[in-house]
Formats: sequence, structure tokens, C-alpha cells
Amino acid sequence: MSHLAVSKTYKLFIGGAFPRSESGRTYQASDNKGNFMANAALASRKDLRDAVVAARKGYAAWSKATAYNRGQVIYRIAEMLEGRRTEFADLIMISTGVSTQIATAEVDAAIDRLVHYAGWTDKLSAVLGSANPVSSPYFSYSAPEATGVVGILAPMGSPLLGLVSVLAPVIAGGNACVVIAAEQDPCVAIALAEVVATSDVPAGVINILTGRVTELAPHLAAHADVNALDLTGADTELRKSLEEAAAQTVKRVYIPRGMPDFAAAPGTARLRAFLEIKTVWHPTGALSLSGGTSY
Amino acid sequence: MEWEYSPAPESRAIADIKDRYLPFIDGTFKEGSGEDRDTINPGTGDKLSTVSTVDSADIDRAVKAARQAYGIWSSMTGTERGKYLFRIARSIAERSRELAVVETLDNGKPIKETRDFDVPAAAQHFFYHAGWADKLQHLGLGPAPQPLGVAGQVIPWNFPLLMAAWKIAPALAAGNTVVIKPAETTPLSILVLAEIIADADLPPGVVNIVTGAGDVGSALVNHPGIDKVAFTGSTAVGRRIQRELAGTGRKITLELGGKGANIIFEDAAQDQAVEGIINGIFFNQGQVCCAGSRLLVQESIAEEFVDRLKQRIETLRVGDPMDKNTDVGAINSEAQLGRITALMDAGIAEGAELWSSSCPLPKNGYYLSPSIFTNATPSMRIAREEIFGPVLTTMTFRTPDEAVMKANNSPYGLSAGVWTEKGSRAMGMAAALRSGVIWDNTFNRFDPTASFGGYKESGFGREGGPSGLAAYLNTDDEAVMAPAEASPLDARGARKNARGRAARARAATPLDPRGAPKNTRERAQ
Repeated sequence: MSHLAVSKTYKLFIGGAFPRSESGRTYQASDNKGNFMANAALASRKDLRDAVVAARKGYAAWSKATAYNRGQVIYRIAEMLEGRRTEFADLIMISTGVSTQIATAEVDAAIDRLVHYAGWTDKLSAVLGSANPVSSPYFSYSAPEATGVVGILAPMGSPLLGLVSVLAPVIAGGNACVVIAAEQDPCVAIALAEVVATSDVPAGVINILTGRVTELAPHLAAHADVNALDLTGADTELRKSLEEAAAQTVKRVYIPRGMPDFAAAPGTARLRAFLEIKTVWHPTGALSLSGGTSY
Repeated sequence: MEWEYSPAPESRAIADIKDRYLPFIDGTFKEGSGEDRDTINPGTGDKLSTVSTVDSADIDRAVKAARQAYGIWSSMTGTERGKYLFRIARSIAERSRELAVVETLDNGKPIKETRDFDVPAAAQHFFYHAGWADKLQHLGLGPAPQPLGVAGQVIPWNFPLLMAAWKIAPALAAGNTVVIKPAETTPLSILVLAEIIADADLPPGVVNIVTGAGDVGSALVNHPGIDKVAFTGSTAVGRRIQRELAGTGRKITLELGGKGANIIFEDAAQDQAVEGIINGIFFNQGQVCCAGSRLLVQESIAEEFVDRLKQRIETLRVGDPMDKNTDVGAINSEAQLGRITALMDAGIAEGAELWSSSCPLPKNGYYLSPSIFTNATPSMRIAREEIFGPVLTTMTFRTPDEAVMKANNSPYGLSAGVWTEKGSRAMGMAAALRSGVIWDNTFNRFDPTASFGGYKESGFGREGGPSGLAAYLNTDDEAVMAPAEASPLDARGARKNARGRAARARAATPLDPRGAPKNTRERAQ
């Protein structure tokens, strides 16, 4: 008995839901031979704005979550991805034309990358913060906090590992994000959104849009409620104009020096790029209870 | 009872103000080719001295000198670099009274402040960073963090010497060389610092000081020979610098404006809170980026508290900055005084109530009575824009949540203060406020060990502490592929190389060092 395949409708991922583009537009994603793969949603400026609103809400919940909780949730994403290894390997194979073995290796590396960042959430303060020995009667400490809402242009050519490698450090730090998926790999990106949607990630922490990078990115860079940008997926010319737009609201901008080697061990640059250091001062009082010499 | 103070002026002789000051380039003081500028004593409105300014050829020369010196300075051992910085710290302390008087004459801030804060804090900054020079490997940024090269730095007029220390000390400790531009209204103290640097025998070109106005600063940060830009000043100029440097890959630190909220809960120790608010808004005549310029008082105590505050403000002595009893000195320039009063006019026009201290003001010089706006609303310009003067805008709140919401309702995020006797509330507020510095039951505290810098449109990057040093080191530890393997410009190129990358993904797990050698080599460059 033959089974007629039920093909998936790829939609956007905004605020924990999977809406179509409000514009009603779609574009065709093709496999490595140029054949039709699926219809993907062609996100509009309105979709992008909705995603930023959702991300701001997601940020409120996510930044209040404990570091332990955030670590567990990111680990949960790895668990969910592990369970769908074959599906992702197939998607990567179809999209990029690589062998099963290579596609599976990319999925495995992406899972390990998530596990890596799951373990970072509750170490950031210890590694990047400090107790400050100020020369006055105050207890002062500095600790990292999330920057806020981060706009991410996902890298091209590494549909899953690249996407996970830019996404995970941003959320590990407690940020929420709006991701513009690599234009040619919308299917992998939205499949990852399904993984995220079943991983206890609060709604709005991760939002994924598919569509034209050149259409969406300028609005993301200019949006006043976006605090930072990761321009990994933008070409040199686009980067410059996005950086210029970002300056209007003094956004933090992360730009890698070249094409990142996502297979290599990640450093901490991507984590640090989306963290703020907050310094708090608290008086210890004129009466020193610990420094006395009277006993 | 009437209290009268006899004048207690500091002697200006110790400042030994010269008729003419020159830029400091490549280890020597030399006439610049720009137009001369007079620098004014804001306390009297009289001309203090003349400063020779630079033109673009001088900037070229300074950047070239810094580049040449970079080879020597960056290859010197950290221990040696540190010893030079320790020397500078000691010399600042030795010439502290002279520097304090120069600063007060050129800037207008009270001698009490320059003597007890600006100058000692500048010395401490050099002392602190001197100790880092041979310990960069302990910053947690890798085994051998590398300097960036030549830093172009532009500093404001509100803390001329201290800002110079904040910029120069970490840059030098990390192994960079600098070209720094002081503000056009306050060039003198940094040129005295240049004498100290020359006396310390620093190699020529390690520190270059170029004088002039905003056009010089703009030419400096855009100079192709600069590797790192550090700017402290207004958000408007910071934005422009960020935009101009788009696409250059140049590392930037921006320390910009603020509209700090000072939040008073009903259980606060009120007398202490009053002192803290005064310090928060009238320290340095309110010309402080992190000033507590928005007062948020819990409604239940607001009326009584603001009365108390006014009574205390009435006792502030406004006047001659050189007088040791002066609490509030002169506004730095006529132009700044104009900007402050223009915003005050806007506050009145928008319906806020203005109250000003009845203290007498000197006839000459640029002075303003300490002032408070009441009945202000969050949408007024005086509640949103940085006034950068001795003007406090007060508003009220009922619940802690409302206080947080109002405090965070600003494009800025530099500082905030919380006054409460309840420890858990203080810590909870500190966590909820979106600002780079939070002061619990105090305000305007600074220390080189404690990093300082903004959230949101108050800028990015930190000064002081370990994170302040990171701003002057190459901290980019993300591995990148060799250009032949993939070009980020070309989607098809990336697609073609997907196979190669995926193959490496299989060969090298994230923890596998085999993935790393190529990148280690790139980092070492």
C-alpha cells in the first residue's frame, strides 16, 4: 500500500505560536539541485515588529528565570533535538546535498553545542563578574546581565549548526531574540522552532522569521526596542548599512572577523557580546563589625 | 541665627598657569598648526590662558608617533609597562595640589572636589591599572590577551583629568598607545599630566595629546591609523561616531549620557537620603553623566521630603570655586549655562514648577542656583533629556513596581540610586533597574576596581575593573575559517563549502582541539 506523503506547511515562529505571514506571502525553498522543497513564509515588516514585541515579553520572563532554570531549558532543547536527529539529518541532506553521515554529524554537533551553552548559564557571573575591593566603606560587586532583545541574522550555509551556534549564546545569557533565518534554509530553521516550542522555552524568547534578509534586516537594525544585533549572516555591504542604522539607538553589534568555523570550540565572545556588566554599591556602615581590633 | 563664612580661597599661585599651552606629540610639546584657542576661567569669566590647537597634519603626526611607539610599548614586558604607570600615579599624587588648582581654574568645579576627588581618583586609576600590566593573563580572556594597537580617545570637560586617567591608564596597561583629545574648554590639566608623563620617561609617542574642538575629535576617531576608539560625551556625538565607524571593524567604547533615577522609599533614612540626593545632583554642578537627575519619591513622604530637601539646598554655598567652603561652583562654560537654562525654560513651559535656592550668585562667571522641578511628568523634556546642570526633576510613585517602571522608562541606562532601610528591597531594586551602576543608600561613588558604564543609549563598554581592561584587548576568540574556505559575502560559496564544514563538524566535536590549531594561529596575529 502506498502512502501519499503529507507535506508540512512551514510558517513563522512568533511568541511561541506558528502564524503565517500577515502579508500572506510565501517563497519557494529549493533543495541543492534547485528543485522545489517547500513553501516558506515570506515575513513582512509587520511580522518583524510583532516578533520584537513578543521578544520583549519573552525577555521579561526569561531574564527573571533562575540561571539553573535557563540551563535546564536549554538542555531540554538538546534533548528534543536528539529525538529528531533523523528528521534534521534528512532536511540538511535535501537542502545542502551532503551525505547522511555529514548531515548527521552536523546535527550531533548542534546538539553538543546546546549542551555546552546549557552549562554556561550559571557560570557567567562567576567568570565575568567580580567583587570589587573599593577603597571606601562599601560592598561593591559587578555581575553580567542580559542586554535585552537581540536581533540575529543567521549564517548562511550551515543550516542547523550555524543557527544553533548563534542562537544558544544569546539565550544562555538571558536575552530574547528575533532570528532572521538563512534565506535558503527556512525549513531547517522552522523545524528547529518546533523543537524550541516543545522545550519549555517561554513564549517569545526565541522568534524565528523566514524571508528576505535584505527586506527584513534594515527594519530590525532600526527598531528602537532591539538592544543588540548579531550580523553574522549579513554580507559586508549590508553589515555597514545595518551598523549605521543600529547607531541611532546605540545598539551593541556583533560582527565576526570572517566566516565563523562553527565546528571549532566556541569561545566566549558571543556570550560577552550580549551581556551588560552591572555594578552595585551597598554601604557597609561606619561601624565595622568585622574589621575591629578590640578583641 | 545667621552664619557667615569668611572667604577661604586656595592660592592660585601653585597652579603656575602659563600664558600658552602646547599639544604633546611624540614626546615633545610643540606648536600646533591649528588656530589658537583661549581657555576661560568659568569662575570669573576671564581668560585663563591660550592653547595652541592641532590641524589634520598634526593628527597624522600624532597617530604615526603612536604607531611607532606601539612596537616598543607592546613588546615591553608587562612589568616594565606597569612600572611606568606606577611612576605616573606617584607623580600625580606629588603634584596633586597643583593639579587640583589647575583643574578648578580651568573647569570651574569647587577646589574641595578637585582636591578630594578628581585628582586622588586619577592617581588611583593609574595605580590600579599599573598592577594589571603584568597580569593580563589572569583576566580570564585567554593565556596572552593582545592589545589592539593605537587608541583614539576623546574626553569631555566635566572631569578633565580623571577622564584622561580613565582612558590612558587601561589603554597603556594593556599595551596600547594613545592619541587623546581633551575638551576644548578644559585642556590644561591633561597638559600638566603630559609633563608628568614626560618626566616619567615614557617612550615618546606612547601618549599623544592633541588639542582642539569637536572637529579634531572627529578627525581623530575617523583616522585610518586608529585601531580602537573610546569616547566619553553626549549620546548625540556617540551615535555619530558609531555611525561613522560602521563597517570599519574598529572596536568602540562609548560612555554617553544619562538620566539617573534616584528612588526614595518611605522607609529610607531621610537625612542620609537628602545628603545623597544633594551629592547625586549637585556634585560637579550636576555636570555628571551619571547624575541622579530624576528624583522619584514615594508618594506618602513626598511633600515633607521635598521640603526637607529644599531646606538643605538653601544651605549650599554657591560661588567662587577656589574657595574651600564652596559646595557648588561654576558651570563650565557660557554655552553650557545656556543649554541648561534653555531646558529649564522648557520645563516651565511644559507646566512643571521651578524652585531655586535663594543663595546669592557672584556677579561674574557662569553660575546657576541649585534648582528643583516639582509637578513634573515622565513625558516632559526635563524628565527625559539630560540637563547636565544643577537641576533636579522630581516625580512620585506609590509602589516599588511603579518606581521600577518609571526609573526604567528612559532611553538611557547609566545610573540609579535606591534609598531604603530594607535590605531585600534594595537588592531587589538593584536587580530590576536597567542601569550600569546602582547605588544603594549612596550615590556617585567611583573606584577603579569597580567597572562603570551604561546600558541602552548610555553607551557600551566599561571603564574600570577587569571588564574595563577588556575594552583595550583583543577579546575576539571566535574561530573563523581561512578566507579560501569560505567568504561570508557569498551565499553560494558558503553553500559549496557546507560539505567541508560539515565534515569538520564530524571530525571535531566542540571540545576537540583538532578543530582549533588554524584559529589559534589567527588569534596570535
